[in-house]
Amino acid sequence: MNMKHIISIAKKDLLEVRQNRAAWLPMVIVPTLLIILLPLAVILIPQHTALPMDDFVNDPDLQSFLAKMPESMAAVLEGKDEFQRMLILLLGYLFAPMFLIFPMMFATIVAAESFAGERERKTLEALLYTPTTDQELFLGKVLAAFIPAVGVSWISFVCYTLVLNIAGASIFHQVWFPLPTWWALIFWITPAIASLGIFATVLISARVKTFMGAYQTSSSLVIIVIGFMIGQISGVLYLTVGVGLLVGLVVWVISIVMYRLAVKSFKRDSLLVDAG
Amino acid sequence: MDSIITITNLIHHYGTHTALNDISFSVNRGEVLGLLGPNGAGKTTTIRLINGIFSPSSGSISILGMNPALQGEQIRRQTGVLTETPALYERLTARQNLDFFGTLADLPTPERHARINDLFSFFQLAERADDRVETFSKGMKQRLALARAALHFPQILFLDEPTAGLDPESANQVHEMILTARKKNGQTTILCTHNLHEAQRLCDRLAIMKKGQILAIGSLDQLRQQFSPGINLQVRLEQPLSMDVRGTIRKLNGVLRVEEAHSNLCELLIETESIIPDIAKHLVQYGARILALTPRKAGLEQIYFHLQNNGTAGAV
Repeated sequence: MNMKHIISIAKKDLLEVRQNRAAWLPMVIVPTLLIILLPLAVILIPQHTALPMDDFVNDPDLQSFLAKMPESMAAVLEGKDEFQRMLILLLGYLFAPMFLIFPMMFATIVAAESFAGERERKTLEALLYTPTTDQELFLGKVLAAFIPAVGVSWISFVCYTLVLNIAGASIFHQVWFPLPTWWALIFWITPAIASLGIFATVLISARVKTFMGAYQTSSSLVIIVIGFMIGQISGVLYLTVGVGLLVGLVVWVISIVMYRLAVKSFKRDSLLVDAG
Repeated sequence: MDSIITITNLIHHYGTHTALNDISFSVNRGEVLGLLGPNGAGKTTTIRLINGIFSPSSGSISILGMNPALQGEQIRRQTGVLTETPALYERLTARQNLDFFGTLADLPTPERHARINDLFSFFQLAERADDRVETFSKGMKQRLALARAALHFPQILFLDEPTAGLDPESANQVHEMILTARKKNGQTTILCTHNLHEAQRLCDRLAIMKKGQILAIGSLDQLRQQFSPGINLQVRLEQPLSMDVRGTIRKLNGVLRVEEAHSNLCELLIETESIIPDIAKHLVQYGARILALTPRKAGLEQIYFHLQNNGTAGAV
């Protein structure tokens, strides 16, 4: 396997993504909304308005969430006032699964652009006539999707951490974020979700002719992330460190299975026949 | 002759459709072989099989002594392919396109950069080298795609419809470039085309294909010998020829056929050009006033349509 080939393919795909506004614009807009504007609104609006904290804290759903909360998560809330507790609950716990939208979304955008997009623009045939192996082509394209998906997620995490600590400095008077549960989420589940999104998109791209078709179909994978969010809000699945590690493991196992299927589907002859 | 590609009893199926049905031919080092035929004849499939993109259903291919089904990567190092569509990355510049393909061909960086600049000069693209390909005309894209095919000094060049959709000026420019590149590097070239004029101009030998089969293969002269022996001689006269004179001319040695195309125009099929003075002499003897005598060998177009319409051998 020639690493230079893999890196060249990844670099070329990333260069193409950079030139395609439809592909990179969501990678800027979505994180800006979710990691800057939303937390700022949650932190700043209550301080400058007379919103009653009691309504939030005494909400029956929240009471149920708090009642079922594992000790490790509840311990973080001890000794905090109502406003601090609200911020920790909302921004530290309930928003956490939402972060998984980033790797899933970015992975599917770039993979759809790289696999289905190349076929749609009829550039694939020239690439297949190069002295590269199927494996090099596949890994180059996977790398092109994995780097921005995980990279933008991690950069978003750093920004989120800065926003929460800087905007919340006058409330917490100390660095309060990231919470322990986030480490598994960011460094274990995020790459797993990105991989899952990429391999699923490769499989979908083998059957769909256009970038938009592949992207729209693979976007339905966001339902997994929504499942995590509902699970946590309803008190069924709390993303503790242990649960995070376990969830990550399950996603990695599914990713590996999908990787094997995706590699099988990525063969020169079938790619050209399917492309017509 | 030194054969660089040998194809024996090659069959290829796409599902239930037979794309190639038992074809055999060889390509000699340094020659330009034209694959002619309508859409669906199997020209592009042949290129894909030779380059190891597909594995054949049965039969064998040897290219540069290698088997494409097993040694695709090594073969693609030695071949350059111009695909039917330019297949360029339109959002990237011309230089980025060539640099990417040069890297995949493992050209070392300084050599790659020098080669790319040489190709830009040769294909008259130097001034637009750093512009995005999406801003290029069709002819410029085709020239850039040709540059990409030739980038890694391939021993064998495959050109699939190199002038399809180009205006006559651009097509002529591409022809000149192919001829110059061949003269300079002595490359073996396989040219797939619908354009018979292009094939006649560029190819040493021609393989005429239909529905996955090769109907005939050889140089234009060999194809003429096989399918259209003789020379058409057009005789333009001041007055129509009488039946008697036509009968006399028909009896001359070497005259195969005499037909009256219309009143003042007579078409003869003769064996060789050497009997043309005899024919002229006889016509003058019989009082005919000759305005013009035009010998014409059967063109590729005549042979091609004969084969496509009749399937196989038989005089045109």
